[in-house]
Amino acid sequence: MGSDYAHRKWCHLRKVLERSGPFCRPDFEPSPNTLQFLSENCKLLVIGAGGLGCELLKDLALMGFGQIHLIDMDTIELSNLNRQFLFRQKDIGASKAEIAAKFINTRIPGCHVIPHFCKIQDKDEAFYRQFHIVISGLDSIVARRWINGMLISLLNYEDGELDQSSVIPMIDGGTEGFKGNARVILPGLTACIECTLDLYPPQVTYPLCTIANTPRLPEHCIEYVKVMQWPKENPFDCPIDGDDPQHINWIYEKSNERAVQFSIQGLTYRLVQGVVKNIIPAVASTNAVIAASCSTEVFKLATSCCSSLNNYMVLNDLDGIYTYTYEAEKKEDCLACSQIPREIQISNSTLKLKDLLAILCERVDLQMKNPGITANVNGKNKTLYMQTVASIEEKTRENLNRSLVELGLRNGSEIMVADSTTPNTVVMKLKFSTSTTDIDML
Amino acid sequence: MIKLFSLKQAKKDGESPRTGTQKKASAAQLRITKDINELNLPKTCGTEFPDPDDLLTFKLIICPDEGFYKGGRFVFSFKVGPNYPHEPPKVKCETQVYHPNIDLEGNVCLNILREDWKPVLTINSIVYGLQYLFLEPNPEDPLNKDAAEVLQNNRRVFEQNVVKAMRGGYVGSFYFERCLK
Repeated sequence: MGSDYAHRKWCHLRKVLERSGPFCRPDFEPSPNTLQFLSENCKLLVIGAGGLGCELLKDLALMGFGQIHLIDMDTIELSNLNRQFLFRQKDIGASKAEIAAKFINTRIPGCHVIPHFCKIQDKDEAFYRQFHIVISGLDSIVARRWINGMLISLLNYEDGELDQSSVIPMIDGGTEGFKGNARVILPGLTACIECTLDLYPPQVTYPLCTIANTPRLPEHCIEYVKVMQWPKENPFDCPIDGDDPQHINWIYEKSNERAVQFSIQGLTYRLVQGVVKNIIPAVASTNAVIAASCSTEVFKLATSCCSSLNNYMVLNDLDGIYTYTYEAEKKEDCLACSQIPREIQISNSTLKLKDLLAILCERVDLQMKNPGITANVNGKNKTLYMQTVASIEEKTRENLNRSLVELGLRNGSEIMVADSTTPNTVVMKLKFSTSTTDIDML
Repeated sequence: MIKLFSLKQAKKDGESPRTGTQKKASAAQLRITKDINELNLPKTCGTEFPDPDDLLTFKLIICPDEGFYKGGRFVFSFKVGPNYPHEPPKVKCETQVYHPNIDLEGNVCLNILREDWKPVLTINSIVYGLQYLFLEPNPEDPLNKDAAEVLQNNRRVFEQNVVKAMRGGYVGSFYFERCLK
């Protein structure tokens, strides 16, 4: 590759990164190093290699980002090919992440995409901590909440103050038909997924008695088969798999019988697929706009050349183009990002659980009434004590006379405390006083 | 506006913070802990946690002390998913019951379990909803159509059928197992 080529390839980026301008962030320093940072050091994680993912990957790679990890658990299907342009017919059945990475690596010299063909839940903290920015193009709220929780758990607090170097920004894109949104999330600093969870519309559900007795819509018939007939007859001895044509066929036949019985029109195989898999029509151009906006935000954050989107952009291109940007606010009692662990001093490593309970109830700034305590010990949830529920109280009573160390708690361990005096479960961090830590280490 | 990282900063793989890593509880976990700790059960209800470390799976036992179902003992299984409270828990009735709003497979027709679920509702709201079903079975929105028809047309026969079912025996062609306390 001639240097002349490389020079021409990035000449437009250089104009942005090597010159100052009236719209630059005050702390922006024009420098030729920035471009090098993008291609060599700045590590991105793209979550999802579907409609948004293909667009994102193409945009980011052509914008100079050279170190991109890509994670997706899905394989390529025929119906993806109209918009997921990194895939071809011969790729059907193969991993989206692997094929997309291969395509970009071949097509864009200098860009290194590393694919991960797995669930995001299969990766641990050490994996996520390596990235500068995480970009998500997901179609699932559960997955969004999971990665949101993960990035928040990577935050470091020192004496209640957030260590800003532990912040990994998340750029989240989402589309549904002609509508979409792009948002910039700085975990711990700005509104997170959990803060704005109410913005997601609830899933469409029908009253059980309607689908059981008075169905009027083809959807009622499909839901009937899905929630009542399937569990009862269990035709394939497994839960419904929306990607298995045999399953869809069975549901189609059964719901058709029901539709005929109640003289309901309009039941088709596609509708069955749509209802079972909760398919939302995807519009390629909406994906393109949202991905472009997300990629621009990644570029702004990585280079500091311009202020970030603040912080939630909505798009509707159903009827012309409507777009609006507003600042989603951080929720003060957010279950995910407002959980700054409170420190609790433990003076003695032989302190028993019942003594800790007494501290929680007696300390002037806590004065709890009936605290229930859980903790995560060695990666497993443990209920240490809960007085209010008889069957749990009985089984956890013996913990009261155990010391915190015996229960698996150490200096820095976090406990979750639920009590009627606080609106949410509170996270507390145990701080053993120095002398006991020394004993602990012996 | 904060500056999140300097240009030369390269992140190291697998670098862990000083205090050692600990898995944070999920939002669903934090919320359910609160819900369970604050359960305020009427005296007719009890819970059973087969594994106290798993607050997401448990049973609710209702023993109505008035109404058609007085003297019966009804077990409901609760499964709370990772999307709680955005989505309601899955609730099934494990006891066979002759009831207009509960079918013979254990499906329960209670609005807040499906279409009217809101994240502000709690496990306690569901407990009260279920308890109410036993006090005021609702023939208007039936799951067990036969039971609903009988209740609507002849309360006495309905009452007798409920007792028959709870004692263990046939109502129509369906055999109910005994569920008296």
